[in-house]
Amino acid sequence: MTTAIALQDTTMRDTFVLTVDRLLDEDPRLAVVLADISYAALKPAQQRHPHRVINLGIREQLLISVTSGLALAGLRPVAHTFPSFLVERAFEQIKLDLGHQDVGAVLVSAGGSYDMTRAGRTHQAPGDVALIDTLPGWTVYVPGSPAEAELFLRRAIARDDRVYVRLSEQANAQSYVDYGRPDDIRIIRRGRRGVVLAIGPMLDRVLAATAGIDVTVAYAATVRPLDGRGLRQAVLAADRADVVLVEPYLTGTSTYLIDAALEDLPHRVRSLGVSREAELRMYGDLADHDAAHGLDEHSIAASVGAFLRYA
Amino acid sequence: MSVTADHSYADLPALMAELTGDEKHALASASTVDVLWVLYDRILRVDPSSIDDPDRDRFLLSKGHGPVAYYAVLAAKGFLDPELLANWGEVDSPLGYHPDRVLLPAAEIGSGSLGHGLPIGVGVALGLRAQGRTRPRTVVLIGDGELDEGSNAEAIAAAARLRLDRLTVVVVDNSSSSLGWPGGIAQRFAVEGWAVTTVNGRDHEELAVALGRTAPDRPSVVVAVTEPKELSA
Repeated sequence: MTTAIALQDTTMRDTFVLTVDRLLDEDPRLAVVLADISYAALKPAQQRHPHRVINLGIREQLLISVTSGLALAGLRPVAHTFPSFLVERAFEQIKLDLGHQDVGAVLVSAGGSYDMTRAGRTHQAPGDVALIDTLPGWTVYVPGSPAEAELFLRRAIARDDRVYVRLSEQANAQSYVDYGRPDDIRIIRRGRRGVVLAIGPMLDRVLAATAGIDVTVAYAATVRPLDGRGLRQAVLAADRADVVLVEPYLTGTSTYLIDAALEDLPHRVRSLGVSREAELRMYGDLADHDAAHGLDEHSIAASVGAFLRYA
Repeated sequence: MSVTADHSYADLPALMAELTGDEKHALASASTVDVLWVLYDRILRVDPSSIDDPDRDRFLLSKGHGPVAYYAVLAAKGFLDPELLANWGEVDSPLGYHPDRVLLPAAEIGSGSLGHGLPIGVGVALGLRAQGRTRPRTVVLIGDGELDEGSNAEAIAAAARLRLDRLTVVVVDNSSSSLGWPGGIAQRFAVEGWAVTTVNGRDHEELAVALGRTAPDRPSVVVAVTEPKELSA
């Protein structure tokens, strides 16, 4: 990796701004498309590159379609806004203008599933990865820290295909990805009673929740494609083929891939994530929402313990 | 007929009949045929050898339904083997009821769902400008019914503010918008600062003059009015 620019106390969204600001100087193919969100922070870059930092105002259908047109014209476009407006609002444009036209693009959301707890449901999008996953040909990165965000943004921009990068205010205190093999599932801790697979920002709380439980803790930040081979190896090294999946977005988004990776083994899976049961009509803080979805340390510990006791 | 044959406008009914089986009504039934012919015959700087040239003019057919006239004009101009027309829609044909750019490389975009072509065209024009390619034009054909889609409103406003002077929209107006556009379609573009021309969509001279013009610092629209679409029984 080249010079890291993600500093302590910067958020993943800050890292996005710093990374594309620098890469605009280095990569003449790169264009950044905005719909007002994060525009103020990228104005200095626009001063230097007036035709490659494009703010369209509050027009999210156009955000995606312009991204398509830029790619058709030969550029490497990055489109960015909150996930609800990036993925949900103009989903048919993602399906047709990027997928069906078969062009490459990088979509970068910032806001996670419920980073904006006090803003309410309009600014929350726990279904973003599940929606993208209905479309073929997408790579999905869910970095767990600002430094990982920089790594995956650079990787995404260097590619030519379709990549979704999901950034969140929720982050681990350190980076865990193997910089040499960032798409592989990484074993963080080994144990015997099963495997807990933590996705992106879920890892720190999973490590804390399982501190007293004899399980393997595995980590993935590249979720599409998911490293099924790595998961399988981790499962085979444990005594039982029991897997707990902890995702920061809609519960069970990746469960079918775990089943596919273990299809020749009798296995059990418990999926933890943002609840599908009911809309959470609640403001408050991240901790309140984590607890409501069973994604806080205490709830994860209880879920993992209960699941293992079934065996 | 061979791919390289240089066809004339008079050959279009026969080519269209390959697709529809009806030569007699071919030209009258396609509101877009005259615009498409004039574009490919006299305006667009693109030919079958230059469909990958980064400095070619781009034509985006946004109104992808009823592509009979489009396929016929592409065949007449050598972008497409006329032999393919008769089997359109078959499993091994690159020609569907809506065009797919991956199967048909001469098509700049696949279309079918309405309201996508103009917003994509704004991106193409921005992308060409960002690379310093100031010569190629981007021309998008939409229908008056298609203009109902709100995505066009986002694109019409932004294209003017961003001064996309190499972008031209042709609106083929055959009065097919269910709720209509009181005061006329041209107004919707004029209020945003586009250069506006309204012409007879069947008159090749009027079309050629209007489509041949661009304006400095602003995008252009040509409203090509044809006879109202016949209501199906």
